[in-house]
Amino acid sequence: MRKLGLLILMGNVVWFGACGGNGGTASSTVTGVSVSCSPSTITSGQMSQCLATVSGTGNFNPAVEWGASAGTISTSGTFTAPVVSSQTSVTITADSVQFGNISGTATVTVNPTTSAGNVAPLVVDAGPDGQEVNIAYTTVTVCVPGTQQCQTIDHVQVDTGSEGLRLLSSVLTIPLPPENISGQSLDECLVFADGFVWGPVATADVTIAGETASAVPVHMLIPSTTAPPVPSSCSSQTSGGNEGGSASTLGANGIIGVGPFQQDCGLACTSLNSQIPDVYYTCSGSNCNPTFVPLAGQVPNPVIAFNTDDNGVLIQLPSVPNGGSPGANGSLIFGINTQSNNNLSLAANTYTIPDGNGSTNNIGDFITTFNGHTYPQSFIDSGSNGLFFLDSNTTGIPTCPGQNSGWYCPNNSPDNLSASNQGQDNNGNPAGNNVPVNFTIENANNLFTNNDTAYSTLSGPFSGAFDWGLPFFYGKNVFTGIDGLTTPNGPTGPYFAY
Amino acid sequence: MKSSSLHSGSLILALLVALAMPAFAVLGDNAASVLTDQARMKGTLHSVDHSAYVMHEITSPSGVKVREFVTPGGAVFGVAWDGQFPPDLAQLLGPYYQQAQQAAAQQKTTQQTSGHAPTRRGPTVVETPGLVFIQGGHTRSFHGQAYVPQLIPQGVEASQIR
Repeated sequence: MRKLGLLILMGNVVWFGACGGNGGTASSTVTGVSVSCSPSTITSGQMSQCLATVSGTGNFNPAVEWGASAGTISTSGTFTAPVVSSQTSVTITADSVQFGNISGTATVTVNPTTSAGNVAPLVVDAGPDGQEVNIAYTTVTVCVPGTQQCQTIDHVQVDTGSEGLRLLSSVLTIPLPPENISGQSLDECLVFADGFVWGPVATADVTIAGETASAVPVHMLIPSTTAPPVPSSCSSQTSGGNEGGSASTLGANGIIGVGPFQQDCGLACTSLNSQIPDVYYTCSGSNCNPTFVPLAGQVPNPVIAFNTDDNGVLIQLPSVPNGGSPGANGSLIFGINTQSNNNLSLAANTYTIPDGNGSTNNIGDFITTFNGHTYPQSFIDSGSNGLFFLDSNTTGIPTCPGQNSGWYCPNNSPDNLSASNQGQDNNGNPAGNNVPVNFTIENANNLFTNNDTAYSTLSGPFSGAFDWGLPFFYGKNVFTGIDGLTTPNGPTGPYFAY
Repeated sequence: MKSSSLHSGSLILALLVALAMPAFAVLGDNAASVLTDQARMKGTLHSVDHSAYVMHEITSPSGVKVREFVTPGGAVFGVAWDGQFPPDLAQLLGPYYQQAQQAAAQQKTTQQTSGHAPTRRGPTVVETPGLVFIQGGHTRSFHGQAYVPQLIPQGVEASQIR
């Protein structure tokens, strides 16, 4: 026992739990192992030192073999905690080397690291041009990579319908280094529902709240009067024009796409495709030609490049009553199930969406059912400034007269409607629960006389599908889970949840 | 020409006629321009006869689908599309493409200068007497339709052009 006493006093003696060679003399026995770890409560990634006290008779072998139910433990009993998203109990075991069935355990409690560094404020207001409604803006800081040469840009639109950071070159004052492919500058054409943006791809360190993405590709938007000129293969994908010339055409100083994919284009823009899409171009002088770009060179969803909280986002906006509000303040929260403020249990249901592996139909869309008809090309999109769905012929809801025919002017206002949403798998089969969703629309012309910037009941036509735009987000917790990334204790993206 | 006679034989005949004409437009053009589009998209063609009209679907190797709706008389009265990227609308809509651009630009200008309505930011919806054009979506999934209301055959609903 004196030897045992020595064991306890010399806390940093290394005992090797060697395989084979049980040690001890024939007449010795081990009667028990007790384990203690200090400290017994730690946080993600921290360390705790565990000691094993072995009791026995005769000249027994005091060596133990260490094990841990999570994290890692060294042969000297130094335990390193895993990264956890919620409080986790880890069992530490020490097995006697001489008699492997004699062991002792201790519990180490691991808590998640909490930080408000994953919360960026969201504001709904009239925007840099003073004319917008239902656009949620955040503030982004970009730096020339690896330097302190930085610029903070406000009124960047938060868009779950796209991926990637795009900034007006007219607003940018720092020289972000351009991205080149084989000695030629890389430019990009990105199509939105109502127009396109065009311009060079550069790299930047991007910081939002306490999260930083280092040296990631970002898209700089140029007007059509700036070289290189917009290729016709770019502009012919939409009837809308170049939106990247000014804050009034874009409605913002930039767009941060935090949608459910890792890059804006993905595998379709790599050499795995048999045709080169009209998305990325190499330009020498004014001559631009479409090019494949490997995934690492494409403009990414900046969230995937954060050190932590990198698997998706949560958007929280307050309820907005019928008639609208002058504005709204909410939060863009990074990560899902990574902190105490982004637990997926804040959502009532998860909606799986196709990821494009295999079938390329309806990527990122789920199924909305309305009046007995299904619309499998429906989606949630914070970058749309209304609830855009179907048309007057299908719904019986008239559009506003004259120049406002892009909005609905229901005769019954407010008009309370009901639909249901359901996820779909990669083959277009319904997946998960079909969950009712109630929504209210009002006469848009009446709304506009209120001169508000946040309208939960603003709507308009979009034949054949539901585009659940920013009004859908008011009063909800809406998660966007990123393709291929796991949510701890949860699903793998892509998915929406609310 | 009865719709029942619109099978591959008469389509090839129409192509032979079309070889003598510049054939890059589709909407409003004749059925032969469907084959031109197929060649340009390097796609596979699949046709469905609905009696009142024939629908030809071209699928490009990258999965973009274009559907062209043809009257019994052989005129393309509507087109629809969906896929990861939009198709070349200048080719697909022919002269109607410029109309769609102008109408969309006019909508934005009117909204911004009228002082009474903010700019709609979302799917494009153009509804003019001579052309309806709709396109919406998000990265990796776009879809839309375009049609000439006056060309839609009797008994066919605009909602069938999808």
